[in-house]
Amino acid sequence: MNNKLIIVLVIILGVLAIAQMMRVNNLSNKIRKRNPEEPSEKENKRSANYLILFMISLHAFLIYVIVKYGFTNLGPAASVGGEKIDFMYSIQWILVLLVYFGCVTLLFYFAWKYQKKPGVKAYYYPYNDKLEMLWTVIPAAGLSLMVVLGLKTWNELTTPATAEYVNVEIFSEQFKWTARYSGPNNELGKFDYKLTTAENPFGIMTSENIETSFNLMKDGGVGYLGIKTLEERLNDPKVILSKEERKNLEIELGRKERMSRLLEALMVTYEPYKDSLDALAFDDVIVEDSLILLKGQKYNLHLRAKDVIHSAYLPHFRAQMNTVPGLTTFIKLQPTISTSEMKEKLNNPQFEYALMCNKICGTSHYKMKMSVKVLEPEEYLAWQKTKSTIDGNSWIRGNEEAILEYYRNITNSVVDR
Amino acid sequence: MATTAEAIHEHDHHEQSFVTKYIFSYDHKMIGKQFLIMAIFMGIVGGMLSIFFRIQLAWPEQSSDFLNLFLGDRWAPEGILNQDMFLGLVTLHGTIMVFFVLTGGLSGTFSNSLIPLQIGARDMASGFINMMSAWLYNISAVIMLASLFVESGPAMAGWTVYPPLSALPQAVSGSGLGMSLWMISLIIFVASSLLGSLNYVVTIVNMRTKGMTFTRLPLTIWAFLITAIVGIISFPVLFAAVLLLAMDRTLGTSFYLSDIIVGGEMLDHVGGSPILYEHLFWFLGHPEVYIVLLPSLGITSEIISTMSRKPIFGYRAMIGSLLAIGFLSCLVWAHHMFVSGMDPFLASVFTFTTLLIAVPSAIKVFNYLTTLWKGSIIFTPAMLFSIGLVSTFISGGITGTVLGNASLDIQVHDTMFVVAHFHVVMGLSSIFGMFAGIYHWFPKLYGRMMNDKLGYIHFWTTIIAGYGVFLPMHFIGLGGAPRRYYDYSIYDTWNPLASEMVLDLNQIITFFAILGSIGQLFFIVNFFYSIFKGPKAPLNPWKSNTLEWTTPTAVPGHGNWPGEIPEVHRWPYDYSKPGWEEDYVPQTVPLREGEVDGGGH
Repeated sequence: MNNKLIIVLVIILGVLAIAQMMRVNNLSNKIRKRNPEEPSEKENKRSANYLILFMISLHAFLIYVIVKYGFTNLGPAASVGGEKIDFMYSIQWILVLLVYFGCVTLLFYFAWKYQKKPGVKAYYYPYNDKLEMLWTVIPAAGLSLMVVLGLKTWNELTTPATAEYVNVEIFSEQFKWTARYSGPNNELGKFDYKLTTAENPFGIMTSENIETSFNLMKDGGVGYLGIKTLEERLNDPKVILSKEERKNLEIELGRKERMSRLLEALMVTYEPYKDSLDALAFDDVIVEDSLILLKGQKYNLHLRAKDVIHSAYLPHFRAQMNTVPGLTTFIKLQPTISTSEMKEKLNNPQFEYALMCNKICGTSHYKMKMSVKVLEPEEYLAWQKTKSTIDGNSWIRGNEEAILEYYRNITNSVVDR
Repeated sequence: MATTAEAIHEHDHHEQSFVTKYIFSYDHKMIGKQFLIMAIFMGIVGGMLSIFFRIQLAWPEQSSDFLNLFLGDRWAPEGILNQDMFLGLVTLHGTIMVFFVLTGGLSGTFSNSLIPLQIGARDMASGFINMMSAWLYNISAVIMLASLFVESGPAMAGWTVYPPLSALPQAVSGSGLGMSLWMISLIIFVASSLLGSLNYVVTIVNMRTKGMTFTRLPLTIWAFLITAIVGIISFPVLFAAVLLLAMDRTLGTSFYLSDIIVGGEMLDHVGGSPILYEHLFWFLGHPEVYIVLLPSLGITSEIISTMSRKPIFGYRAMIGSLLAIGFLSCLVWAHHMFVSGMDPFLASVFTFTTLLIAVPSAIKVFNYLTTLWKGSIIFTPAMLFSIGLVSTFISGGITGTVLGNASLDIQVHDTMFVVAHFHVVMGLSSIFGMFAGIYHWFPKLYGRMMNDKLGYIHFWTTIIAGYGVFLPMHFIGLGGAPRRYYDYSIYDTWNPLASEMVLDLNQIITFFAILGSIGQLFFIVNFFYSIFKGPKAPLNPWKSNTLEWTTPTAVPGHGNWPGEIPEVHRWPYDYSKPGWEEDYVPQTVPLREGEVDGGGH
């Protein structure tokens, strides 16, 4: 309480002190017959000198921050796309710093140099079309270069993935990430948010899941009111409901009836394709809490959101894309530096790549992160062997030696560049 | 005729009661002041909000009596900021600063105060609509402030309020009543802004005095005109965006919502897309940047020319670049959405238009520099702020070329780099323009002078704090730090170095932020004290050419000029013209025989 009183007092006293200062200054101006609308020669000179001093300090501060913090702790770009972006940045920063130092220095220098001096009249110089032309063309040329480079890179990064890319789904919800690997067939099982249940948190489409969801909606389950139960409760004369309870139940019933109709439509649509749906989904592998990548492998990340917009931000790979409810978005990623290599490069044994949420998504937005590991072929295979698919089979099928050889080739493709 | 007009005005003065003079005033000057005072108040609130979350960022989760004093036990129990309220503070800081301070405050104050005076009109085209505009602005400001006191908190989805977060109270508590108030406030604000803008355009086009052709308009008026037109084009789209959002929230429509499970509840919204909202929002959101920036550029053009005692260099090029910026500003919105999931092809188009807009901006900068060249510069506080504006316009604009390029944007999108960029180029620049305008036209608004010593202190603390806050912030973002993070403890486990760097820089930033807010006290005291006790101002304190300085009294009465409105004979930038004794030639002075107008354009 005392501290608060002090805070309030300090603010009030501060304001009073400033007001007092000002009164004294106004009075002294009056006595000295100083003209408040025109600063004296001395004052004008002082302001001009301060401007130069400020400019020097500003430049020094900028250089200090660049040297100390500028070569970010992110390290070199750890993906093929990232390298392209970093290359563009290296040109961009040169342009930015040139323009910044050039223009800001000129601005403050002119202000200082052409401060009002007695007897010197300003030069009447209203226009010069040649000069205007010059500084229309030069920035336009510089910008054209960056536009061309930028669009080239952008197109490379965003063209749809081909068959050589491994498909992995990144599922985002408040406030966590989950990965789903497409498994041996490299095709992700289909999904529909309406199929989401406690047992099927990602709404993966299998014939069984469709049926379970439909039945759950109709008949209810543990901790879940089905349509039947809701209807019974609303129509039971023995149950006494307040007006509000009744209204809420009716809203819930209406919603669930609509959902069950949509589910029914889904069931009918996919009836002929039951087997292929199952085949797509059963070999998927769900991995919570981390995203494990093979160095050199090309990945096509399918991004999904359950509740609100999130953004998958992988700063070390220079990759980012929003995850949007109702829409699948994609990131193409080909990691080039394994986690252990990066640890050495940054001289930080604790280092780990991260996937962070970069779109405001609620209370714990700032904690929403998944660790990312880029592994060498041997490590990756060893990890894969510990994982099993949705239907309970092992992920690795076939000759391990051959698979390892295949992985080594992939990894070497980025090492040998 | 002159005498009758005078008599009528005399009569008016006698009839004006306190209510009609100060509260429900039709007089454009009074309405301008109403906007200004409310904007200063909103600016104090918006600034305070930022100090609250800056304290959290610099000293994460450390107890602070300061926070507890202002936020109470509900939002800062034991002096530690609540995570939800952090998002609420960030959201309301943005909303208040962008809409209520820089849009309402800047356009509202200066368009109202200066348009009739500088074009030679008695008042706005419609005094009544003007009054409505001011009052809707006040009402919307009060509603926005009220949302801070709602139990579930103010809107918490960021100032852009993207659905589904802003549509679902289950997703974050601020999306309940707080968000409803946000939408109501913004809808009223749009109405206020539109009424104002329509009035400005009609007045400028129709009510110019004799001789005041478009090529004799001061650049301030050109800037206000283009700002108003851009506002008329873009604000209704925000209205539509918010209306559809309200329908999604209350009527069960699915404009923006699709396939959502939130808080364990499966919603039956199917087929909508949040990206539609993003398009609609940024169709206002980006022109909005220029709505707050253009008036400041106009004000600065005027002040730099006057205080350098030189004509503004390239008057027509300045108008041309204003027009180009105004036009292009409506065609660049999707550069906020490069990684939103929209079609990548669109990004190519918007990269092109975005970098195109840098060209007229560069023209403006070079023209300012050439105006200073070989001038005879007088450093009043207004002039210092104008120079400050040019510097932030350069240093903030140049980082825009990073963000406008889709490929480069991937890495820094939504990081603190973006926050730093737009605070420098639109926050600092606009507020510098606003301060410059206040110091420059205070004598006309209140008939008194502000204290220049305090003005200097104010300028130096503001520019030092401004760069001290936002320059290091770029580097936090380049280090990969996302915005709107309550703290950066996320790095602790895997990259303590990054964590340390962010914390270091955040402490520097907060230090400067506090310094900056102390600096603002010098302005606030100076402003309110000088209204009542400042030394009396001469009629034309800055020896300026424009019409507002020709009124026979320091504060013009209702109707601005008793008798006939002066006729205009020349452009407003004849400073230091060869052949004239004085270094300024007011617009009302007839051309001499053989003299060329407009600097020979």
